[in-house]
Amino acid sequence: MRRISSILLLLCLPLAGCQGWQSALDVHGPAASSLARMFWIFVAVLATVWVLTMAALLLSLRRRRAADADPLVTDPGTERRMTITISAAIGLTLVIVVSLTGLSYAAQKVLFAHKDGTLTLLITGHQWWWQVTYEDPQPNRVFTTANEIHIPVGEPVLIKLESSDVIHSFWIPNLTGKMDAITGRQNQIQIQADRPGIYRGQCAEFCGLQHAHMGLLVVAESKEDFERWRNHQISSAIPPSDAEHQRGMEIFLSKPCIMCHQIRGTDAGGKTAPDLTHVGSRRYIAAGTLETTRGNIAAWIVDPHGIKPGVDMPTIQLEPNEVQPLASYLEGLK
Amino acid sequence: MKHLPLILLSAILLSACEREDREYRSNPVTAETEEKIALVPLSAGPSGPTEHRSGLGKEYEENAYHIAQGKKFYVWFNCNGCHANGGGGSGPPLMDDRWFYGGQIENIVQTIREGRPNGMPSFRGKIPDDQIWQIAAYVRSMGRNVPKAAAPGRNDDMHSGPAEQRRPPGEVIDGGQVPPAAQMPQ
Repeated sequence: MRRISSILLLLCLPLAGCQGWQSALDVHGPAASSLARMFWIFVAVLATVWVLTMAALLLSLRRRRAADADPLVTDPGTERRMTITISAAIGLTLVIVVSLTGLSYAAQKVLFAHKDGTLTLLITGHQWWWQVTYEDPQPNRVFTTANEIHIPVGEPVLIKLESSDVIHSFWIPNLTGKMDAITGRQNQIQIQADRPGIYRGQCAEFCGLQHAHMGLLVVAESKEDFERWRNHQISSAIPPSDAEHQRGMEIFLSKPCIMCHQIRGTDAGGKTAPDLTHVGSRRYIAAGTLETTRGNIAAWIVDPHGIKPGVDMPTIQLEPNEVQPLASYLEGLK
Repeated sequence: MKHLPLILLSAILLSACEREDREYRSNPVTAETEEKIALVPLSAGPSGPTEHRSGLGKEYEENAYHIAQGKKFYVWFNCNGCHANGGGGSGPPLMDDRWFYGGQIENIVQTIREGRPNGMPSFRGKIPDDQIWQIAAYVRSMGRNVPKAAAPGRNDDMHSGPAEQRRPPGEVIDGGQVPPAAQMPQ
């Protein structure tokens, strides 16, 4: 008994993961809710079938066979009952398979239905971070950010997915299912959040050494908050306000940082690494790996390979007294 | 006991599963390796020009990872802006056999570090030194001056020609020499 109960306890442990942060069963959007509904119906139907099958099996094991029944002697009554039971079981199996297929088809209709929205994002997967471009008919309102996307609540947002190197997969469990980002082609998926909140996403296709550290954040907020955020993101970086930030900016501009990173409003115009114009306003750095604090930024600059071995961010030459102003400047880029 | 030889054999096989020791961190203390190269084989006086090569180049140009990284950085840092995919544009081609400033990996590293007249900018202090070595290793792979096994076999986007791996092995004709292509037919 002790063994069985401890095994049961062990089996229940993974269930603890089924809530809140990054869970497909804690739904906050229409696509995720149709997926969750389908999941629960499948679980209920298949669990019932399994329980009934097991019950029938146990029953047949317990039933005592007549002492020396001759297989050649058949009773027409028993024969008929067996035919009816087996036909019913086959019929029921057919009904279940067909109805689950229908259910799955209906759910896909909802998932792939195209709703007209105003917002279109181009998300490019890189090893190992997400580049996000907010598209707009007005070219001066297009901007690029990384690893954190904001969306207005209750509006469908079209996401175009591309990849620059290997196959990645875009997955926000709380909002929708997965969609692959494949080199040389563009996939599309729509997401919609019904409630304000912060939802974590994750690359869901193994893409190399730091696949596990390729997270992104979706911040769903009210229309007004979203517009305020977008207008701020479109603007150039805040000029340094004090001597330390000024010194930090000079260090940034004189180091190899500018070969890859962009800070709009300065001479740094690299386009191959995350845009740092408003890096201080993002909740995490290094694709959901570290919270944005001055200490974490400094740690990331000094030893990126200690945090994400194999990442393309190089170890750069810095004097000890250059780390603090640089981290402070980047943290101040709200 | 009967299985002991089998287990031993498996253990011996497993010992071969050594992973390539990949160096991600460059040494943050030394700024760059010291290379003293001659741009042409000519020198004043009877002895040839003095050279000093650190010998680090072999590590880079025989390693597929370094060459693949170099291929990525080649585009990232806009080398293809002038040199195209090796065929050259406003900059000289990199996949042929003629090297104005020498075709050894140390020469290419120095060219990237120092810049050269008529347009090649200096990237010293702009690109970390280990990445310069990786780019140089990739440049060497364009004319297949690296081992076949280490040269890239694929592209992230459309191929502009056969993959580096499938190109015939090349030879380097340094500056100051007359390449066979330019010699008078005998």
